[in-house]
Amino acid sequence: MIRPISDVAMARRVARDIPDGAYVNLGIGMPILVGDVVGPDKEIVYHSENGILGMGPAPAPGEEDRELINAGKQPVTLLPGGSYFHHTDAFVMMRGGHIDISVLGAFQVSESGDLANWITDLATMPPAVGGAMDLAVGAKRVLVMTTHTTRDGRPKLLPRCTYPLTAARVVDRVYTDLAVLDVGPAGLVVREMAPGLTRAELQSVTAARLTFADDVGELDPH
Amino acid sequence: MIDKRVATLADAVAGISDGATVLIGGFGDSGVPVELVHALLDQGARDLTVVTNNAGAGESDVAALIRERRVRTVVCSYPRSMGSIWFEELWRAGEIGLELVPQGTLSERMRAAGAGLGGFFTPTGADTLLAEGKEVRTIGGRPHVFEHPLPGDVALVKAHRADRWGNLVYRKAARNYGPTMATAATLTVVQVEEFVELGDLDPEAVVTPGIFVDRVAEVAAS
Repeated sequence: MIRPISDVAMARRVARDIPDGAYVNLGIGMPILVGDVVGPDKEIVYHSENGILGMGPAPAPGEEDRELINAGKQPVTLLPGGSYFHHTDAFVMMRGGHIDISVLGAFQVSESGDLANWITDLATMPPAVGGAMDLAVGAKRVLVMTTHTTRDGRPKLLPRCTYPLTAARVVDRVYTDLAVLDVGPAGLVVREMAPGLTRAELQSVTAARLTFADDVGELDPH
Repeated sequence: MIDKRVATLADAVAGISDGATVLIGGFGDSGVPVELVHALLDQGARDLTVVTNNAGAGESDVAALIRERRVRTVVCSYPRSMGSIWFEELWRAGEIGLELVPQGTLSERMRAAGAGLGGFFTPTGADTLLAEGKEVRTIGGRPHVFEHPLPGDVALVKAHRADRWGNLVYRKAARNYGPTMATAATLTVVQVEEFVELGDLDPEAVVTPGIFVDRVAEVAAS
């Protein structure tokens, strides 16, 4: 039976793959959840594209500072050891390969690791890209966190993206509410699956052709 | 004697001509030189090309410039924000131009202009819509897109403190594009919350040396 795991369970699974001491950029949307579930046993330095390293959680009500916001324009705090720098340096860190892990949301991911996460509708809304393209090309490891299908059940993991690309051949690993998949030289390799899900069921909601690791693990639904 | 301080905001924006390219600092609400932009609104220059991260929101600053039909083209990375109604309305009506630039490329193009460089090749945007019509070269086995420098006639920047030489320090993440824009314009105009005596800024902490600054106006902290 297809029973997806929760967003928080997905975030916990991503967090498990972030090592102590990593410099990490969390994309807007679902990836932000990862910051809430990384345990206190790890020291992670969060980067924000508007010039912050060592970004902390949201401030207490009343303590907000409009000059201290994250990429999603939400108020944040700075941890001891944190620093401010200008925009060009923020992107030197990203494009220059200094960020260890970038966690991004996605509209679509292709079996060769192409990412589409910036636009679906070119006609009625002005296009907006922000830092998505820089994050996708620059980080040492690009992790995608997304639901396995769209809200109306269409596959997001495809042989080829149909939406405009953010970057080509950049995604290393995809975390969905049904599986963890690596982008390998021969396409998507399933590493873990949600409890009770069969391989045929997973393939039925995936347009890209899947191969399965020798030792497919079980995703923790909690 | 060097004294870059000006008495009024009107003095700060005096002489900005119709058709000018104006670099405006800020990321969301953070670091926007709101009072300088309002002074530019009063000053009357029109047919402007505005280079800024977002295309304004609500009725203030950049959004007001757009609403008053003073902007011919916006060069930005993310024109769609909560409340960016004026940009979206004029864009749909075909009354305003948009050059969409990935955020890191936007900043680096201004850096190139300020550094006297003729452009650069970047992996950001390769294989995407935003590379269309641009020179692409394979460097280190990866496609790179050629990007031109992006100079301004004027930069409007918000900083925290300045001395009469125009040395600047910023506050928290309000720094964002300021230091880069200050290098990239023929005329760099800065608003600060406080003037200090020459020698009062720690030289180890000065972020923008006064050589990049032409005029500074004091604006009470909001």
